[in-house]
Amino acid sequence: MSVDFDHLAVEDVSRQFGRRRALSHISFRAASGEILGLLGPNGAGKSTMMAVIATLLRPSSGRVQYGAHDGVKAGAALRAAIGVLGHDLFLYPELTAHENLEFFAGLHGARDARAAADSALASAGLADRAHDAVGSFSRGMRQRVALERALIHRPRLVLLDEPFTGLDDHSTGALVARLDGLRSQGTIVILATHDLDIADGLLDQVVFLRAGRVIESMTRPEALRSTYRAVMARPAG
Amino acid sequence: MFFRTVWLVLRKDLTVEVRSREIAYTTLFFAVSCVLVFAFALVKEGRPIEDGAAGILWIAIAFAGTLALGRTFERERQAETLRALLLAPADRPAIYVGKLLGIVGLLLAAALGLVPLVALLFQAPLLDHPFWLASIVTTGTLGFSAVGTLFAAMLVRARTRDVLLPVLLYPITVPVIIAGVRATAALLEPELDLAIVRFWCALLICFDVVFVTLALWTFEPLMTD
Repeated sequence: MSVDFDHLAVEDVSRQFGRRRALSHISFRAASGEILGLLGPNGAGKSTMMAVIATLLRPSSGRVQYGAHDGVKAGAALRAAIGVLGHDLFLYPELTAHENLEFFAGLHGARDARAAADSALASAGLADRAHDAVGSFSRGMRQRVALERALIHRPRLVLLDEPFTGLDDHSTGALVARLDGLRSQGTIVILATHDLDIADGLLDQVVFLRAGRVIESMTRPEALRSTYRAVMARPAG
Repeated sequence: MFFRTVWLVLRKDLTVEVRSREIAYTTLFFAVSCVLVFAFALVKEGRPIEDGAAGILWIAIAFAGTLALGRTFERERQAETLRALLLAPADRPAIYVGKLLGIVGLLLAAALGLVPLVALLFQAPLLDHPFWLASIVTTGTLGFSAVGTLFAAMLVRARTRDVLLPVLLYPITVPVIIAGVRATAALLEPELDLAIVRFWCALLICFDVVFVTLALWTFEPLMTD
């Protein structure tokens, strides 16, 4: 049983680790059918922000609202509506691609986990490698399996941290098409990436982060790389 | 859904272990080495010290258990799969129970090899009362693993987890190990006093109930942040 919502609202979220403040008063909003990019240099707080939205970390202050649902209170039902592709792939290298996907489909309560895994492998274009151990796959192939793992339960909110890593041109094109498909299905996609050329034209909204703070947000930015350079060149504070 | 999640996690852990056999080999090798070293030290001219077998069996189980706990969660750390487990909409206590049963299964498999070895080297009639021995080893292993699984999961992201796990685990599980040693020693008496064996078994079951209940209660909040 999962909750449904039509927008995500991050409201004045801060997160501290001891004395270090990883996020400072972050606010943004993403609606159904939007792809929002979190852009910034290493250490800007993108992965921490993703972890907070994924409910893996609690904000030190502020809150994340998933439609009418509060992130802290909604629990398992909310987690059923979120799919995460992290920087680490969350796959067991000893298990086959099919076993990995069947396991996660089962954990997400799929009625027929085996059929869900078959379908996901077909989407990834890896049906012929279904029964090979994931540890024997290239980085790009593992990335494709991991993406299917994140999407196997058809989540309302998808969080993608560096999803283009290790993908060849063909797989990158397939992923971009998949993201377009998610957008047209009304999924909310939050994407953290350094691949600005690929993200150019794909993002409906961009939030630029530096040192845990939002330094600029914009809608449908053009010439993403030069915009990024101009925003990041601004003096701090 | 709870039991389905338990089964999925348990089956996954056992499948991974059957493929790699990493924990089974290292745990058994370590436990057997431990027993052999103690056998050379404590068996003089063919005569073992009194109740030595009971103590050595539980030392081997505890040390091997610590090793198994560390390795089991190291696997979940390497590709951050523990995060994926926590992100799933499944009951988090069910994930704990699945991991716990996997570790108990591994330790019982190791004990199957250890018991005959200890019986042989220490000339101890451990196998004379198989029902009671199985009950003692199972309840003792469950109590030890219940605390160990919780701490190993908690420490999975700590840099000093290999040091902290035994430091936290042993002081809390000492009562379980002592009860296990006393119950096993009671089995080795020439005249079996069932009342004593039952008393120690009941105590082990009490420890199991307390430790498993506390772990189920605390696993979700401890793993949330």
